[in-house]
Amino acid sequence: MEESRIEIKSKKKLGDILFENLTLIFALMIVGLVVFISIEMYIDSAESRERFGLGFIFSSNWDPVKEEFGALPFIFGTIVSSLLALLISLPVSIGAAVFLSEIVHKSVRTPISFLIEILAAIPSIIYGFWGIFVFAPFMRNTVQPILQSTLGFLPFFKGTMYGTGLLTAGIILAIMITPIISAITRDVLKAIPVSQREAAYALGATKWEAIKMALLNARSGILGGAVLGLGRAIGETMAVTMVIGNKAQIMASLFEPAYSMASVIANEFAEASGSLHVSSLIEVGFILFGVTFIINSLARLLIYSVTRKA
Amino acid sequence: MTEETEEIEDKEEIEISEESDKESKIAIQTIDLSVYFDERKGIENINMKVRKNRVTAIIGPSGCGKSTFLRSLNLMHDMTPKARVFGEIFIHGENITNYNSVDMRKKVGMVFQKPNPFPTMSVYDNVIAGLKLNGMTKKSILDEIVEKNLKHSGLWEEVKDRLKSPAVSLSGGQQQRLCIARTISVNPEIILMDEPTSALDPISTSKIEELIFNLKSDYTIVIVTHNMQQAARVSDQTAFFYLGNLIEFSKTRRMFTNPKEKLTEEYVTGKFG
Amino acid sequence: MTAESVLKSPKNLKRRKIMNSVMISLCIAAGFITIVPLIYIFFYTTQSGISSLNLDFFTQLPKPVGEEGGGMANAIVGSLILITIGGIIGIPVGVLSGIYISEYSKNVLSTIVKFITDILSGVPSIIIGIFAYGVIVIPMQRFSALAGGFALGILMIPTVAKITEEMLRLVPQSLREASLALGVSRWKTTLRVVLTTASSGIVTGILLAIARAAGETAPLLFTSFGNVYWQTNIDEPMAALPLQIFTYAISPFDDWHRQAWAGAFVLIFLVFIVNLLVRFVTRNKFSGNL
Repeated sequence: MEESRIEIKSKKKLGDILFENLTLIFALMIVGLVVFISIEMYIDSAESRERFGLGFIFSSNWDPVKEEFGALPFIFGTIVSSLLALLISLPVSIGAAVFLSEIVHKSVRTPISFLIEILAAIPSIIYGFWGIFVFAPFMRNTVQPILQSTLGFLPFFKGTMYGTGLLTAGIILAIMITPIISAITRDVLKAIPVSQREAAYALGATKWEAIKMALLNARSGILGGAVLGLGRAIGETMAVTMVIGNKAQIMASLFEPAYSMASVIANEFAEASGSLHVSSLIEVGFILFGVTFIINSLARLLIYSVTRKA
Repeated sequence: MTEETEEIEDKEEIEISEESDKESKIAIQTIDLSVYFDERKGIENINMKVRKNRVTAIIGPSGCGKSTFLRSLNLMHDMTPKARVFGEIFIHGENITNYNSVDMRKKVGMVFQKPNPFPTMSVYDNVIAGLKLNGMTKKSILDEIVEKNLKHSGLWEEVKDRLKSPAVSLSGGQQQRLCIARTISVNPEIILMDEPTSALDPISTSKIEELIFNLKSDYTIVIVTHNMQQAARVSDQTAFFYLGNLIEFSKTRRMFTNPKEKLTEEYVTGKFG
Repeated sequence: MTAESVLKSPKNLKRRKIMNSVMISLCIAAGFITIVPLIYIFFYTTQSGISSLNLDFFTQLPKPVGEEGGGMANAIVGSLILITIGGIIGIPVGVLSGIYISEYSKNVLSTIVKFITDILSGVPSIIIGIFAYGVIVIPMQRFSALAGGFALGILMIPTVAKITEEMLRLVPQSLREASLALGVSRWKTTLRVVLTTASSGIVTGILLAIARAAGETAPLLFTSFGNVYWQTNIDEPMAALPLQIFTYAISPFDDWHRQAWAGAFVLIFLVFIVNLLVRFVTRNKFSGNL
């Protein structure tokens, strides 16, 4: 293409320019909003950051009366309950995705995936409510005694059985994130061409071997789904608040009550006494925001990398 | 027609291209028209004059740039983010960049490969969509336009009792004639047709071809077709595109009986394509 | 050893077949493990909810602590008001940015917007609550429905934007071209052809966002705060259904638990109906002649 040539560009009408820029402004509002949220939380947590510095993250002392604030127990509770959830949920989600996309007949697939869609939209408060009234007693009376009598030699299953606690929170979170991870796994599997599986069958592969190959090819997308599920678990508030036990401590036993970052904000924010208390809670929120931001970015990039190719 | 008269017409053609006082007989003129998609060439340096009130067919193997050329004539490449158009286009002697694209497209209508009536609108609303979307609401005028244009496109008898039913309930061929009615209802001077019958059955195709023949007296028509018989049947002049270049442009009859270029001959005799 | 020789070796064949059956069975089991707890929660809530539901629930105010009876009328009205405020904020932003992402998607900027929209949808709702607290509660110096609605509005944005984008992308390019070719300007084409064609999909998407916002509790805890009295003034603290469910659920009173189940059922019912609608509309909408 030579420089001297005249490019034909159609003249835009004023209405078009105005409308495109109007939608642009609203689109930029979303970007601005995310930036604004980070700035606001950064500023509002200043008092706490100046007072405690990095020690905020490493101190496990949370005492509103003495105005001593350290977020370690909450970080611990969030990480353990979320990882526990992911550990339980990931194999189940992948299995369920394979079940729905590769094994079950089409006529059954549609209603089941629809059901899972609906269930994934149930408000978290209901999971929490169900958790304290149905699931926690079940844990206390059935699951925890069995675990203690069989695996009780491990530090994770020692101690008093309250029903509520880290393990219960982890399982409830697992129930909540399984629909999300399995839906993404299904999408990613769909993006893997059928021809690949047919080629595997043509070589005499068993069904599972063909599926395994598809799963391996989709692994970065599945990982993306897993990370996305982890992000949801980390930020989940109401269900966790209702079953984790709300005790700021770090214990080895998964039966023990614990606390999460989101829960402490939910429980204490409205009644926080001094400005330092509020500021500390906002700093907890800021950490939570940062962590979920990074995790979600990672997840989206992984998912795009697979689905874009298709 | 004797050879003599044909020669005379040929001469006339040459005269038109050379004499400026006959410019009024030219509907579209392109000068060094090129289209690129990113760095890939779509068409290159097309110089062509489309005559008024004639049917001009554009033929060539798929991927030769015939649709690319057609879509540049009403600046439809606006919708393709990677496309860049170079050169000059004159519509009735007026440089296309002097129009804004909205007004230009009212003069240069387009019928697409697949019938694309608006699915949310009735048959009636589809015919006057161009007017209604631009703010015309007077019912008596609209009623008249609907009847006139449906008659013009040969659809009136078939749909007059179901004007209020959704346009997508019509058959493919009827939908395409509806799209033609929709196009002529905004009173264009030129109609671009991008393989208008490729999605249709033979009977619908012949109805559309008949319609094209009838429209010729009122409109200038440029039709892209992959079907050489169709070009031979409907057009007065034919342009042969190959690999993004205009190989030959002459009277249809000459093109199919006595082409100047070897490549054209090979194509029209079915040696490739 | 090549892949083919492994596949054909008879010694391996039996082991491979057993492996196949085991893994396939495990996948089927995983399918059931996923569905069973979800269905159980659904039916448990429905059962407990329906048996606790009565007219009082919809018409009465909450009774003071310790007294039996009463209802959640104020919370239901409160939720409606909060959702309305949220919708006024969230729907235009969501729809217009969805239009931008789908219709003007030729540049890097729209990719960034899409990415950030995905990120925003993953921000924990409690964080949005803190944001609304900082932006509205602190300057106004009191909890208010406005702050709660604002938070819900932000939460609705990514859902609405995403569904708008997806629905607009389903509209065939040929319809945009048909409209432009008639000499209709781009913005009129977008609003009156593209958006109209996708409208039922977008409307159900909006309903989905509303259903989700209706169940949000965390961002309301320190914005709308809750209220046991009638309150329709949006710069005052206001009750909301999920807030009321939370308060009642963690209380020690059986009668309150009963009412909380009724509330939970109302929320689940809403989610169910909206999803059903979405499924119905999106399936019929684009299977036709487009």
